[in-house]
Amino acid sequence: MITAGIDMGARTIKALVLRDGEPLGKSLVLAGFDTEASAKEALQAALADACVERSDVSRIVATGAGRDDAPDKDATLTDVGCAVRGAARLFPGVRTVIDVGAEEGRAIRCDEAGKVVDFAINEKCAAGSGAFTEAMARALEVPIEDLGALSLQSTKTIPMNAQCAVFAESEVVSMIHGNVAKPDMARAVHDAIASRIVSMARKVGYSAPVVLVGGVARNVGFVDSLRRGLEVEALSIPEEPEFCSALGAALAAAEGATGGAR
Amino acid sequence: MSAGVAVKKEYWRWQESNWRSADIDWREADIVSAGVDVGSVSSQAVVMTDGELFAWSNMRTGSNSPDSARNAMAWALEHTGMKVEDVHFVVGTGYGRVNVPFAHKAITEIHCHGRGANFMYGDRVRTVLDMGGQDCKAIRCDARGKVEAFQMNDKCAAGTGRGMEVFADLLQIPIHEVGPLSLSVVEEPPPVSSTCVVFAKSEASALLRKGWPKERVLAAYCSAMAHRVATLLERVGVEPEFAITGGIGKNPGVVRRLEKELGLSTLKSEFDTQIAGALGAALFGRSLVQKQRAKAEA
Repeated sequence: MITAGIDMGARTIKALVLRDGEPLGKSLVLAGFDTEASAKEALQAALADACVERSDVSRIVATGAGRDDAPDKDATLTDVGCAVRGAARLFPGVRTVIDVGAEEGRAIRCDEAGKVVDFAINEKCAAGSGAFTEAMARALEVPIEDLGALSLQSTKTIPMNAQCAVFAESEVVSMIHGNVAKPDMARAVHDAIASRIVSMARKVGYSAPVVLVGGVARNVGFVDSLRRGLEVEALSIPEEPEFCSALGAALAAAEGATGGAR
Repeated sequence: MSAGVAVKKEYWRWQESNWRSADIDWREADIVSAGVDVGSVSSQAVVMTDGELFAWSNMRTGSNSPDSARNAMAWALEHTGMKVEDVHFVVGTGYGRVNVPFAHKAITEIHCHGRGANFMYGDRVRTVLDMGGQDCKAIRCDARGKVEAFQMNDKCAAGTGRGMEVFADLLQIPIHEVGPLSLSVVEEPPPVSSTCVVFAKSEASALLRKGWPKERVLAAYCSAMAHRVATLLERVGVEPEFAITGGIGKNPGVVRRLEKELGLSTLKSEFDTQIAGALGAALFGRSLVQKQRAKAEA
C-alpha cells in the first residue's frame, strides 16, 4: 500500500510518500503566500520523487499548523501525534520527543508503546521557536546556517536577561556594542531558546531516550545547548529531522487514520 | 565614510525634546528637586522649584545608564544657569535607577508614576496605565497618588513601545504618524490575531501582500495592542478616572481604541506623557527635603 503524509508547517511544507511503511520519496517547499498551492506542489514533487502517480496513493494524512488547508487529504492528525509516530518509528523505545519548528516548539512524553502521555506546546510566543534564532541571526548579521557552528566555538556562558525575541534583539545589539565575541553571543542565543524548551520538557516530565525533531534540530549550536540544558548524555536526531512529522502522518495513513475533516 | 553610503531611514525614531519655564527664577526657590527616570528605551530628567515644573528633557537611553542620566539632566538644565550641584535632592527611578550617579535616592518607577500622574492629571486619577518602551504597567492609586495595586508585563514586547517601533519600521511610517494614520480607516479591521510581536509582524506582512493598505494593517495592530493592555488593566481593576502615561500615551490609534474597549475616556494633560516617572521622582525629592528639614528643626 502506498500512502502519503503532508506536514503543513508555518514556514515550510513537507510531503513524504511511503510504500508498505518504507519511504519512497519526499519534498520540501516554502509555505509561501498560497499555502494550498504550495502543498499541492509539495505533494506533486514527492510523488515524482517516489516515481508514483497520485492514483497509486491510497490515503493521505495531513498534519501541521495549517493542516486544515491541505488539499486532497483523507484525514488530519495533530502535530503531536505525528511527531511521536515518526520519532517512534525512527527510534523505537523513545520516551521524550522534542519538536522545534519555525513558529512552534513542543515537548512530548510517551510510554514504552510510543503512546502520548503528556505534552506542552508553545505556539503563542517566538521565544522557543526557530523564529527566535532567525531574529538573533539577523541582529548578529550571521547567516542562520552558520549560527550553530559559530556557537560551538565558544565555551563561555553568558546569560541573557530577555525571553522575548524583540527584547533579546536589543540585548544582542548592546552585547555587540559591549564588544562581546560573536561565538559567545551565538552560544548565549542558543542557551536562551534551549532554556524555553527545557522548561516545557520539565513540565511534562522528560526521561531518556530523547529524540529531537523539527527543522531547528539542524542547528548544531541549539542541539548542544539543549543537551546541556536537559542534562542528558545524548539526543537522538533523525538524518532529516524536518520530515519526522510528515513520516508520522504517512504512517498514520497506512494505519488507516480517519480523524479530522475531509 | 565614503560618499554614496545609503542611510537607512529610521521610522521608529521618536522626537526627543526639552522644555524650560520662561517665568520661574530658580534662584529664588526654596527647594529645588529633580527626578531622573532612566528607562530601557528613553530617559527623562525633570527639575522642580518648590513643587512647580521648572524644566525637563526626554531623550533616548544610550548603551550606558550613568551617561544617559547625565545627558538627560544636562539637557534639562541647558540655558537655565543651574548646575546639578544646585539641586537639593535628586531621585533616580526607572529600570536604570541605581545607575544615576548624582541621585540621593532611588525609588521604583511604579511609585513615581502614581505620584507623577497625580500631579499631571489631578487627584481624581485612580488608574494609570504606563505604556513604556519595554514594559507596561497598570497602576491603581489613591487621591494622593499613592500606589494601591499594580500589574506589570516586562517579559513580552506585545503592548510596549518597542512593539510599536517594530511596526513603524516594518510599514515604513514615522512612529508619530502611526496613530493618526490608523484612525483614517473607514471600517475597523479585525485585530491582528498574534500576540507575539514577531508573529504579528509575519501576519502583517501577509496582510500587506494580500493588498491591505498600510493604514488598515496599522489599525489591526493598534487594536490588537489595545486589547492586550486591556487584559492587563482588567487584572488590576479599572477605576475612573483613567490616564495613560509613557510614549504610547501619545498614540491616538491605541488610546482611542483602548477607550472604546474599556468604555472610558482618558484624562488629558498639558504635559508630555513620557515625563510622568521623572516628575513623580522630583516630587518625592521635594517631600524628602521637607521631611529632612522638619526633622532638623525638631
